[in-house]
Parts: sequence; structure tokens; C-alpha cells
Amino acid sequence: MRAADLVTASLLIILGAVVLSDAVRLGFGWGPDGPRSGFFPFWLAVTMIAMCGMILIQAARGASAKSFVTREQLGPVLKVLWPAAAAVALMRPVGLYVASALYLGFYMRWVGHHSWVAVILTALGVPIGCFLVFEKWFLVPMPKGPLEGWLGY
Amino acid sequence: MGIENLWLGFQIALTPYNIGIGVVGILLGTIIGVLPGLGGANGVAILLPVTFTMPPTSAIILLTSIYWGALFGGAITSILFNIPGEPWSVATTFDGYPMARQGQGGQALTGAFTSSFIGAFFSIVLITFFAPILADIALRFGPPEFFAIQLLTFSSFVGLGGGNPFKSLVSILIGFILATVGLDIVTGQLRLTFGFTELMKGFDFIIAVIGLFGVGEILLSVEEGLRFQGTRTGMNPRVVLDTWKILPRFWRTFVRSSFIGFWMGFKPGGATPASFMSYAFAKRFSKNAERFGKGELEGVVAPETAAHAAGIAAMLPMITLGIPGSPTAAVMLGGLIIWGLQPGPMLFKDNPDFVWGLIASMYTGNVIGVLMVLAFVPFFAMILRIPFAILTPLIVVVCAIGSYAVHNSMLDIWYMLIFGVIGYVFKKLDYPLAPLVLALVLGDMAESALRQSLIISQGSPSIFMTRPISGAITAAAIFFFALPVITPWWRRLRGLPASGHAPPRE
Repeated sequence: MRAADLVTASLLIILGAVVLSDAVRLGFGWGPDGPRSGFFPFWLAVTMIAMCGMILIQAARGASAKSFVTREQLGPVLKVLWPAAAAVALMRPVGLYVASALYLGFYMRWVGHHSWVAVILTALGVPIGCFLVFEKWFLVPMPKGPLEGWLGY
Repeated sequence: MGIENLWLGFQIALTPYNIGIGVVGILLGTIIGVLPGLGGANGVAILLPVTFTMPPTSAIILLTSIYWGALFGGAITSILFNIPGEPWSVATTFDGYPMARQGQGGQALTGAFTSSFIGAFFSIVLITFFAPILADIALRFGPPEFFAIQLLTFSSFVGLGGGNPFKSLVSILIGFILATVGLDIVTGQLRLTFGFTELMKGFDFIIAVIGLFGVGEILLSVEEGLRFQGTRTGMNPRVVLDTWKILPRFWRTFVRSSFIGFWMGFKPGGATPASFMSYAFAKRFSKNAERFGKGELEGVVAPETAAHAAGIAAMLPMITLGIPGSPTAAVMLGGLIIWGLQPGPMLFKDNPDFVWGLIASMYTGNVIGVLMVLAFVPFFAMILRIPFAILTPLIVVVCAIGSYAVHNSMLDIWYMLIFGVIGYVFKKLDYPLAPLVLALVLGDMAESALRQSLIISQGSPSIFMTRPISGAITAAAIFFFALPVITPWWRRLRGLPASGHAPPRE
């Protein structure tokens, strides 16, 4: 926990410094018609760096035996994340519905060890349900791929 | 005059279409409240695009109904599954889950829904009377007053949030910094884009809400290896009627908790402390204090009344000042802007049908809500019996759909995933997420209020202290900011231990 706290606070200080540099570029003083563009970000960044400094001091002093994340905890988290990222990457070429079907099916089979029948029914049923609700009922268009085009949408 | 307007509101809220919208909203909201990873704020955010084509009054009725439903749904998971869907349901689990374990789940649920309804009703009545008065006062506010209110909003997260004050502040600052990304409307300059055209339009807080609360929450719950060990609902009309016979005994608790809820609730981040405070008070004044924590009905009634009273009270600053009191109210505020309404005190003058339709729909929505949840509890409880390997990807997909629909942008889905990881890390490290979202929403307003104030005063920050109203509000804000420093000192002075029992943050 301590290491994670230190790393996060340091990253936020770097973020603050980036903001600060852009604020300085824009000018943070008084312009011809009031405060310049960089005025607000400048003070935000300065305060944030100061506060992160305090968090760093606090974290460095305190000791915590609890680790931020154990290997057993990280596993399931990554199992959700990387297939999700893969699905999002797939959404551009094949569309949201097909990508969702693949993601749902993959996760159910791989993590849940469900039977193939359940996997196929859910992986097909959910995107079709979403399609009807969003495209047909609420008229909210989603990214579509060749399959939807082939079906005439 | 207020009654006349309310009458006008009921004529709008009671059209068959709007009642239908309310029923759909409560149904969806309760499902959202029951599902892990989805709650009021991201549920409303995901469904916001659906409302773009609706008339504004129906749109806000849908969103508020989802919110009421989510509040009810939180009680179901707390009592039957010992999983508080929202931080303000934590206190409900103390006695609700033991009751359900002892086979009194039906009683606990009836008690929870009924007290939610009573707390909500109390707050709505107060809103009906106070909202027009507050809006009237707010009409005389200038930029310094609005900036002072913003300060007060954020100071209460620091002072009342109960967590690490530095981390609360950093969350607020990150929100404000994200809000400045993109075009500066005043000077027309690009800020913090570093040459990337994708960054020009800035970060949409709706995407942030879906990612931080939706995806982040899912990651947290898979990490804990969530297993739902539900108890039976044990609901039937007999139990409901029998419980209703007992409940009037707790009238003192109802009144006290409603007041606590309303008073805490219209300040940001107030619902969680309100529910804990109300539980503590109920325990203190109860004759069966020793039964608390082991399955005492009053221990369910107290936090639920306060949490709902607070949840509704959070709407008061949103409709009168244009400053939301909770992330959910913030998403609704975003909706207002998208539907072409100007949030703030002028709303009462320019769009009385919208405001009063909304207020009237709070009455109808809560009546519909309590009846629906009482009738359909077993159905809602069933949702949590869906295998986790289906629920998890399903929620991720729903979040992706909601993020894409806001701007029809693929990039937003990536932002959603990134915000999800940030939400997961921040939640684990105790950086509160609600102030980040609120700062992201209010960033532009806060900055222009600050700039205009400084232009009026020609650069002197003393303007916030010298004008009477803004001076008083600023002083209160400074007090809240200083509270984390004052409290330990005060406790030491009175010979108490340095740190008290702090409720979990929102």
C-alpha cells in the first residue's frame, strides 16, 4: 500500500508539473481583460503539487503491511481488463455487437466454465437484445461492422 | 403560489406517458441498484443518451426515477446479500442482514422500503417549500457568491468526507484540471492539449462517471472474488401488513432521521454521514440499544430514512443553484445542459413546467417506487443469482454502449476503460471519486465565476470576503476546509482520543 501510495503521489506530481508548464506557457498573470488562460490551471497545479507532497510525506512516514494488490487479486482483475481492451479494439473493425458477443462468450467460457450451450445462447442473446433496445427502440446508433452491413443495417 | 405551481407540476407528472416513463425508470433503476458495479450515478449516465430525443420533463422524470430505483435497489442487496451497493447503504447492513439471516428478511425489506419512502417524502415536502425561496435568493447572486458556493461544496467533501483531507483535495484538483483541458472559451486558447486534436474537446464527465464508478467498481468486486450468498426474501403481503403495524412505534426515529438526512443531504457527500449519524442516534435513544447490530428493525429504519432523505435533498442545490450535491445529481445537471436548459435559479422563472413537473414527479415516483419494490422484491433478488461470469462482461458491455452513445466516439470507450483503471487504483488508495466527478462537472462554471469575480475586484481576492453573502459562505467554506485540522485539536482539548469513528467515504 505504501509503495502504491508513493508511486501514485509521484505520478500526480509529474502530472502537476506538466500542467504547470502549460500554464506558464499560456501566461498565468493578469492580461488586458482579466486573468490569462493559464491562471486557473497554474494555481490548481501548484496546490496539487503541494498536496501530493504532503501525501508523500505521510506515506513515507507510515508503514503498512497490507500490500496494494496480491497476485491472487490481480489475476481476476486482469482477466476482466485485457479481454475488455481486446473487445474495444475489435469494435472498430467488426462493430460493437459482434465484439460484445465474442467478449461475453470468451469470458463465460474461460472464467465461468459454463457449458457451450449457455455460452452461445448468452453471447448471441445479449447483443441481439441490446441491438433491439438501442438501435430499434431508442434509436441510438452503435458502431457497426460488416456483419450488420451484410444484414442490411 | 407554491401550491398552484405544484398543481401545474402534477398535471405534467400524471400524464400516462410520464407515469409510464416513471415505471420504466424505477424498474431499470432498481435493477441497476441491485447489480454490482452499477449504481445511481453511472446508471443515470449510461441511460442519459436515451433521453436526448425526449421532451426535457419526461427525460428528467426518467433519470430521477432511475435514481429512486437505485436507492431502493441498494437496500435489497444490503439486506439480503450483505452487499451495500452504495456507501450510504452500509449502515443498513448492520441490522438488515442479521434480520434476513434470522428469517425476517421480509420484515427488514418492508421496513427499509417504507422508511425510504417516508424519508424521501419528508425531503420532497421541504424541497417544495424551500426550493422557490432559495431560487429567489440565488437570483441576486453574482459571480463571487457562486464561486463561494462552489468553495463550500468542495470544502464539505474535505471537512465532512471523513477520509484523508489531502487526498480529497487532490481528487478535487484533478477534476478541475481535467475540466480545463481543451478550448478556453474566454480567450479562445487551447489548454493542456499538447498538440493532440483528440484532446481539444476535453474530457466528458459522463464518460468519467461510467468509467470511475462502473468499470472501477467491477474491477474491485472481481478482485474480492465476489460470491453472493443470498438469503431468502420471505416477502408476502402478510409480512408487509404486519410490519406496517409495528413501524409507527418508531415515529421518533423517523422524524429525527428525516431531519438529519435533509440537513446533511443538501451538502455534497452528505448521504453517507447522514445514514451513519442517524443509526448512531437511533441506537443511543433506543430502549433496545443492545439489540442493535443483531437484527433490530429500528436499525434498518434509521439509516434508510436518512439516506433517502439525503438523496432527495441533494436535488435541492441542483435545481435552485445549478450546483449538484452528488455525482448522480451532477449527471442530471449535465442532462439539463444537453436538453437545452440553463441550470440555476433562472430555471424557476424560465421553465416552471420543467421544475414543477420534476418536483411533482418526485412525489409520484416515490409512491410508484415503494409499491413496485414491495411487489417485485423476489424478482430483483433473482438478478444477483445470475452467474458472475455473465454479469461481469455484461456490465462492461453496457458501460461501453453508454460511453459510446454520448458522442458517438470510439475514443470515449477507451477513455472509459482508462478511467476504470484509475477508479480502481484511487478507490484502493482512498482517493474519493465523487469530488473528482463534481469538480470535472463544475470546473468551467467555477473558473468563469472566479475570473469574473476577479475582474470585478480588479484582481483582489478580498472580494470573496467583503460582500456579505459571499463572505459568510466563504467563511463557512474555510471552516470546513480547516475541519480536519480543528477536529483532532478539539478532541484533545476535551480529553477524547484523537481520531473518532469516521464513516466510510462516498
